[in-house]
Amino acid sequence: MSVEGYKGVYIFVEQVEGKINGVAYELIGKGKELAKPLNTEVTAVLLGHGIRELPKKLARYGADKVIVVDDPALETYMTEPYTKALAEVVRAYKPDIVLYGATAIGRDMAPRVSARVHTGLTADCTGLEIQEGTNDLMMTRPAFGGNIMATILCSNHRPQMATVRPGVMQRISAIEGAECPVEEFKVAGLAESQNVEILEIIKKVSEKMDIMDAKVLVSGGRGMGCPENYALLEELADALGGTISSSRAGVDAGWQPKDRQVGQTGKTVRPNLYIACGISGAIQHLAGMEESDVIIAINKDASAPIFEVADFGVVGDALKIVPLLTEAVKKVQAVKANA
Amino acid sequence: MNVIVCIKQVPDTNEVRLNPETGTLIRDGVPSIINPDDKAGLEAALRLKDQYGAKVTVLTMGPPQADLALREALAMGADEAYLVTDRAFGGADTWATSSTIASALKRFDYDLIVTGRQAIDGDTAQVGPQIAEHLGLVNISYAEEIKIDGEYIKVKRQYEDRYHIIRAKLPCLITALAELNQPRYMTPGGVYGAYREREIGVLTRADLDVDDANIGLKGSPTRVFKSFTKAVKGKGTVVTMDASESAEWLAEKLQEKFIL
Repeated sequence: MSVEGYKGVYIFVEQVEGKINGVAYELIGKGKELAKPLNTEVTAVLLGHGIRELPKKLARYGADKVIVVDDPALETYMTEPYTKALAEVVRAYKPDIVLYGATAIGRDMAPRVSARVHTGLTADCTGLEIQEGTNDLMMTRPAFGGNIMATILCSNHRPQMATVRPGVMQRISAIEGAECPVEEFKVAGLAESQNVEILEIIKKVSEKMDIMDAKVLVSGGRGMGCPENYALLEELADALGGTISSSRAGVDAGWQPKDRQVGQTGKTVRPNLYIACGISGAIQHLAGMEESDVIIAINKDASAPIFEVADFGVVGDALKIVPLLTEAVKKVQAVKANA
Repeated sequence: MNVIVCIKQVPDTNEVRLNPETGTLIRDGVPSIINPDDKAGLEAALRLKDQYGAKVTVLTMGPPQADLALREALAMGADEAYLVTDRAFGGADTWATSSTIASALKRFDYDLIVTGRQAIDGDTAQVGPQIAEHLGLVNISYAEEIKIDGEYIKVKRQYEDRYHIIRAKLPCLITALAELNQPRYMTPGGVYGAYREREIGVLTRADLDVDDANIGLKGSPTRVFKSFTKAVKGKGTVVTMDASESAEWLAEKLQEKFIL
């Protein structure tokens, strides 16, 4: 196919019940970097119903333009109407690049869009850059469970499409009062395209802070031994103003819910401080946390791979050391409070 | 009721290790397994066989040795197995893979197609929805529970913070999560039959009605430009002390880093 005439970096903005998924802001931030060498703009594509207030937020995080498809059929996510709407936007505007969050919605819809408009799609990218000379998008992603990285090109098809996991790219600081043009785009036949029925929506309840928003994560693995011992981690996390997370081993054992899981099949986190307690550090786990600013590891096994990425490692029993560390932290805080 | 399960034979990536000196993958001795999400999909199909007498067909695209994954599926209780294999299919990305598998599926009668959500070697989660698109079918991804209700299927579809209970008319395609169930073991009788007597159907390029432009490396919009092992972050300080000294040391480091 001819790749001529395709222009602009487009970001699919995921919103659920009027709340924008933060990955959209991260993608706009990355999109701005990509747009610079291409001498083009970042356009956010917002699908939903009754969402007219949302474009302002996208402008504050750097969108140069917002395209809105507002339709009752887009109120709640369903594969077909969303695929249809986005595919129509792609056909009408001919973007050079389209980025999606690698979420439960993005990873369902983006493959269908790619099959429909006949272009490639690279999943779960951790690096995106523009290749000098060709101006093609270089999409880098982990493969083999995070054991190797592969850089993918989609040179002969447009748009070049990628999904990116939440937490991997960084958003720009919000620019208060920023505005951008908003364009309404009508897609005919969306209601008719609804081919499933949503009988019920069941929300999972978690009263804890989302691990992706936490500045401090105290994370437990197999070495915690039993679910009760996570209380030790809670105490340390509370003292440091953070929350707890888990390795896959802790989730598979049923000690922690799935939404606490860090790693390749869990969430990607980059807190200011990550404390790994009784986590050996399988490559799949490291893939989800190695971008953390400071990493502390406590593990009995001196040869555990977690020590390869830790800034500070202690060989020892997390169950003994964590409560003592909590005490030490509180002591320092008390001294500082009285100073 | 005809159920077709698409499976993939994958290296057990949990067993893949890096050679710390060379930074290369150690693939020797890594076992090949049925991809876990696909195996859960197969189990779901076998339960439909137990419940409603559904006929379960498994299909895989891969090199000749993928035959082993199909025999394991037969030994678990699948009725028929097909291997889609040809040099012409090699080097395919998800687009070309899904286009090839979709053209193979067109040869069969089906009420339900089941794929795994994603394979542990590629982790893309693309092939299921793309097959559905090529076949013009409804797809429901991330299925955590399924129930057949006459000519409809009811699926508990997982999202990060919620579930949708979705009802769709058959035929459709679902992508299964490993959370769907605990796959059964092969039965001794099943093993005997699967490895000694049963035949695996083979579909090659000549059997499929698909454009050359949509298969293999040539039909793949994406190409691997380069692959490399990740640069390992510089190792920090590791100490071995008694528990209270360790705690004090860590608290000091937290102050040095201005976290405390």
